[in-house]
Amino acid sequence: MRVALFITCLADQFYAEAGVATVRLLRALGVEVDFPQEQTCCGQPAFNAGHWNEARSLALRTLGVFQEAEYVVLPSGSCASMVKNHYLELLPGNKEALELAERTYELSQFLVRVLGVSELGKGLSGKKIAYHHGCHALRELGVREEPLLLLKNSGAEVLPWEAAEECCGFGGLFSVKLPEVSLAMADRKLATLPQAEVLTSTDAGCLLHLSGRMGKQGKGMRVVPLATLLWEAYAG
Amino acid sequence: MRVKAKLYPKEAARLLREKPGVRDAVTGATLHFEAGRKKAYQEVDAEAWRERAKRVKDHLLTHLDQYLELAEKRLQEKGVQVHWAEDPEEAHRILREIVARRGVRRAVKAKSMLTEELGVNPLLEALGVEVYETDLGEYLIQLLGEPPSHIVGPAIHLALSDIQRLFHSRFGTPLDASPEALAAVARRVLREAFLTAELGISGANFLVAETGTLVLMENEGNIRLATSLPKVHVAFVGIEKLLPRLHDLALFLPLTARAATGQRLSTYVSLIQGPAKEGEEGPEEVHVVLVDHGRTALLHDPEAWEVLRCLRCGACLNACPVYRQTGGHPYGYVYSGPIGAVLDPGLLGLEDTHPLPYASTLCGACYEACPVKIPIPKLLLTWRRRAVEQGLAQGWERAAIQAFSKVMQSPSLYRLFSKGLRGLPLPQDWLPLLRAWTEGRGPLKPSPKPFHQLWQELKE
Repeated sequence: MRVALFITCLADQFYAEAGVATVRLLRALGVEVDFPQEQTCCGQPAFNAGHWNEARSLALRTLGVFQEAEYVVLPSGSCASMVKNHYLELLPGNKEALELAERTYELSQFLVRVLGVSELGKGLSGKKIAYHHGCHALRELGVREEPLLLLKNSGAEVLPWEAAEECCGFGGLFSVKLPEVSLAMADRKLATLPQAEVLTSTDAGCLLHLSGRMGKQGKGMRVVPLATLLWEAYAG
Repeated sequence: MRVKAKLYPKEAARLLREKPGVRDAVTGATLHFEAGRKKAYQEVDAEAWRERAKRVKDHLLTHLDQYLELAEKRLQEKGVQVHWAEDPEEAHRILREIVARRGVRRAVKAKSMLTEELGVNPLLEALGVEVYETDLGEYLIQLLGEPPSHIVGPAIHLALSDIQRLFHSRFGTPLDASPEALAAVARRVLREAFLTAELGISGANFLVAETGTLVLMENEGNIRLATSLPKVHVAFVGIEKLLPRLHDLALFLPLTARAATGQRLSTYVSLIQGPAKEGEEGPEEVHVVLVDHGRTALLHDPEAWEVLRCLRCGACLNACPVYRQTGGHPYGYVYSGPIGAVLDPGLLGLEDTHPLPYASTLCGACYEACPVKIPIPKLLLTWRRRAVEQGLAQGWERAAIQAFSKVMQSPSLYRLFSKGLRGLPLPQDWLPLLRAWTEGRGPLKPSPKPFHQLWQELKE
């Protein structure tokens, strides 16, 4: 089985180690990994802000880049949803978009649903983890149980979190168009954060926003993408 | 009502800065409602109920002309006087005529968002009519001179201490009066109003076309009094609030109550079948004013009409983490929260409301909550796309998106950008954007090497 990794621009720049972890994990599970060099951004920021022309040309680029891929895997729920759900709105009737949508998965979704993996290893034994459900992973992709299953089966304790399924306030351009509201949302989320050792999520944007806010408040906690933890679960 | 939606981003920021108590009050109340809704949805096959309700509303909306004619006929058969108002001015004329003919000096009014839309209170005051809001929350904000902050809980933004201060200055109650003592004062004032008012005004949760039945849902009993004690009852009904058949209520009453407040049914449901007949108690005259105010035009908008399914339950407000921070006032119009962000542009046009579709992170919690499955995130995206097409996007945003898109179109430019992020100063144009981010979150710290560089090492 061959998988093309779509690292996403945000993870490429800010959470590069999530990409490394994804590659190592997939290889360890016997999957060949390609990294199409021409890839850039899926177009989500432009799309969500209403700039559909710009988004459409980036979507068409991405379709071309991943045309040959058997599967496309992203360590990001919102970019995966962009490809899976919104390319079809941007490019109605486009056959390639439909096909790509069917072959595209967020990482944990791919592991559980396609590879049928539910346990990676016991590398996270005893670790107390807070899991933030990225909104697009949760509500657009329906990824709710997969990350929790993989984390729990690796020996981690996923702590109950009242606001686990609430939006963190990132929302792409929302975070800079309405910075005060965005920060108030992060503060509400963080005020209910349990005493965990690690905070994780599928999405780089949410993590950048939450970890930045925590830092500003003088709170320290390890904040890493889910892919990084899943590799640790496997490798110990 | 004056529309102040353009000020949304500024007003939201100002409210968070100047009235932090609003955030606490609204967050507390909405989380409570939201938990109630979730529990109440779990007790039933919510997905099936919502799907069914959506279909009934879609059927109604796609045959609206026929159902409106039927409703008018049935209402008239029951002795109800039916009026049509295309805009607030026409609604005002109808009300003015009734007030003059009946010599109305005092009116009691049930909570109704449509009457907020039409500016019924300011009109009555201008006519010299004393008007009392009879919903307790609505009465509080009437005393304060504020618009409602929430579709269902108009005073959701107030803390007990705010109300204690208000009643202290108005009625001389002690500053530490208990909620029960405060309610007793309001009850005394409102009872007097009920007993002496010549006119009762209400909205309608539903108007059943098949039978010409006005349906009102409430928990405090005040609507029942407003529609039964005064000699004249005027109900303002948005043309989209119709239901085809009486038995549709079997679905819509429990669904609306569950969505709005987590109740299985509201405490009181009034089914009004016209004025009192010989020997009965009740109003001598019942008027139904069917109001358009932008709805017909919205119905013909193929991308935005679905918002007209809205039942005004407020579930999306309770579910919305953006609304929770500020309550409804910064949205600058009657309808706030996620539904306001897609309904207000539909009713008023994008020109005056265009920041509202951006008042969301597209998290999708509103769609999950909506009892009639209005695809709010999809509609938000539609209005945003139109805002850009109409040239309403701010200059910096357009420039940033175009620059971003240009970079992302070209892998070599992207590689350059990647290098720049790790050393070079960022272009000046991007600074406001960058500042808005870093002020609350500290500087952006890229990975030492981007992944596309690490990939080369992974290959070997």
